Amino acid sequence: MSSDVRVQIAAMARRSVVRTLRQPAQLVPSLIFPLFLFAINSAGLDSATGLPGFPTDSYVTFVLAVPFIQAALIGITNAGSDLARDIETGFLDRLALTPMSGFALVAGQLAGVLALGLLQAVTYLAVGLAAGATLEAGVGGALVLMALSLTIAFGFGCIGLFAAFRLGTGEAVQGLFPVFFVFLFLSSMVLPRELIEADWFRAIATYNPVSYLLEGIRSLFIVGYDGEALALAFGCALGIAAIFLTLAITSMRARLVRT
Amino acid sequence: MTEHVASIEVAGLVKQYRKGPRAVDGVDLHVEAGEIYGFLGPNGAGKSTTVHMLTTLLPPTSGSARVAGWEVATDGPRVREQIGAALQEAALDPFLTAREHMRLQTALHGLGKADRRRRGEALLERVGLSDAADRKVGEYSGGMKRRLDLGLALVHGPRILFLDEPTTGLDPQSRSSLWEEVRRLAREEGVTVFLTTQYLEEADALARRVGIIDHGRIVAEGTPEALKAEIGEPSVEAIPADPARADDVERVLARLRSGEEPPRREGAAISVRLRGGATALADVVRALDSESIAVASLQLHAPSLNDVFLAKTGRKLEGAREGEADAEEGGAEAAPDGAAPAEHPARAPA
Repeated sequence: MSSDVRVQIAAMARRSVVRTLRQPAQLVPSLIFPLFLFAINSAGLDSATGLPGFPTDSYVTFVLAVPFIQAALIGITNAGSDLARDIETGFLDRLALTPMSGFALVAGQLAGVLALGLLQAVTYLAVGLAAGATLEAGVGGALVLMALSLTIAFGFGCIGLFAAFRLGTGEAVQGLFPVFFVFLFLSSMVLPRELIEADWFRAIATYNPVSYLLEGIRSLFIVGYDGEALALAFGCALGIAAIFLTLAITSMRARLVRT
Repeated sequence: MTEHVASIEVAGLVKQYRKGPRAVDGVDLHVEAGEIYGFLGPNGAGKSTTVHMLTTLLPPTSGSARVAGWEVATDGPRVREQIGAALQEAALDPFLTAREHMRLQTALHGLGKADRRRRGEALLERVGLSDAADRKVGEYSGGMKRRLDLGLALVHGPRILFLDEPTTGLDPQSRSSLWEEVRRLAREEGVTVFLTTQYLEEADALARRVGIIDHGRIVAEGTPEALKAEIGEPSVEAIPADPARADDVERVLARLRSGEEPPRREGAAISVRLRGGATALADVVRALDSESIAVASLQLHAPSLNDVFLAKTGRKLEGAREGEADAEEGGAEAAPDGAAPAEHPARAPA
């Protein structure tokens, strides 16, 4: 990578982080709403720990993985909306008139997603531990948790960029928000997959990659280091990132048609 | 001997959208270095689509366009090195400050770290935003945004500057200040300015030459003076103090008219194109006085660029703005590869 491209990435990343942190309307809900769902779930479903085969006697510990994923899902629309606004306002044209590389544009846009992802992960870990959750994997596990959270945020951020390049408007990107949440609700969000009674639900949850992201995070809280769960979680996150980064770059080339 | 290279040389430029209109329909242009060229036309005429092609943001369907000696269709990066552009509506990030915009723009243009700061501060000073440099752009007025937009377009010292309706929506003071900066750029730095506008007075005040575009075609081109002279002599409009003497006024004006066109009546006003130009106004006054005709109003109308537009297109420019935005706005939103208008890639040139 040339020094020019590195400078471009740094400049775009700085702008992305600054812009993210200066939007309280985007920042606060993405931190708070997952905590609401966490509070509701942990208060209302605590008796699920009495089910035979439930992996822990602390539902708070079990359900703490959810805010990490929910926040990453919110990150899809945040990342997409920010880019779509650049397209709509003509800011992307301004960037296109500079020697900026397309790679710098994509990488820079994702920096804000990662900054917010880190802030969210640290917040949820702190709140979860304060609420009585345990982290069996210890301090090292916390670092793995951060790495996994950022990988998931990166992958989901790529979905947002793809949506923005493809759809081109903030409204259209926001319209996808409910679709992404279906994936969360049709996963092992509130129960382990093997304890889901309805066959169709269990089948969907098994094919839903969000289940494996949840289970990877959850394993660090409940088990410690579960190699298989972590491999599946990182694999799914990196797979999502690879697929949607490719799609985002392809869509960017179609939209940025400078000669 | 070095070959003379025009700043902008365009021949038969066409933009045809697959499911939309032919937004630009065979435009020819020749703009010399250091010239301010006014590209005048109503909304939907093809101005912004032309600018998007000349700035490499939209591939032409056919024709040739060379900017700073480079072909826009094949030498995009070379063209972009030589041009700056402030496109319609200042495209700025409301969450960043002016200084942060400068930092971003200078970095993307590859300026060294020290040069970035120096150049950014100098440009903020030049566009009068040093005091507001650390305020978020979302809090700026329209005029401040336009000035920042202009400053950002100058970051890399471009030889050619494209300004797409730079003063739309600005108050007279902001407009005047922007005009002065544009004149200074051309006069002192030799920057070629390609200015699109729908304001006649803007083209008249700034441009050495004007091209008038309508429905994607250039319908007139020349200096504002030459274009106005083509239209003919000025006209005089008189309103008699006593409406009963309207026939007498008409008779007097008819004696001094240019050509065979009879005086026109619009309400109480009687007007006629004057033989001998503006200097004949004194003859009108003497003739009316000799017949003891008092007038409530006597006005001389010099031909304007609006008259030129009217003569060339059969419509007034102001009237043409209304209801005709669809053609270009639709076309502007069309994809560069010729797809449907709604799928325009980066931004709708309106």
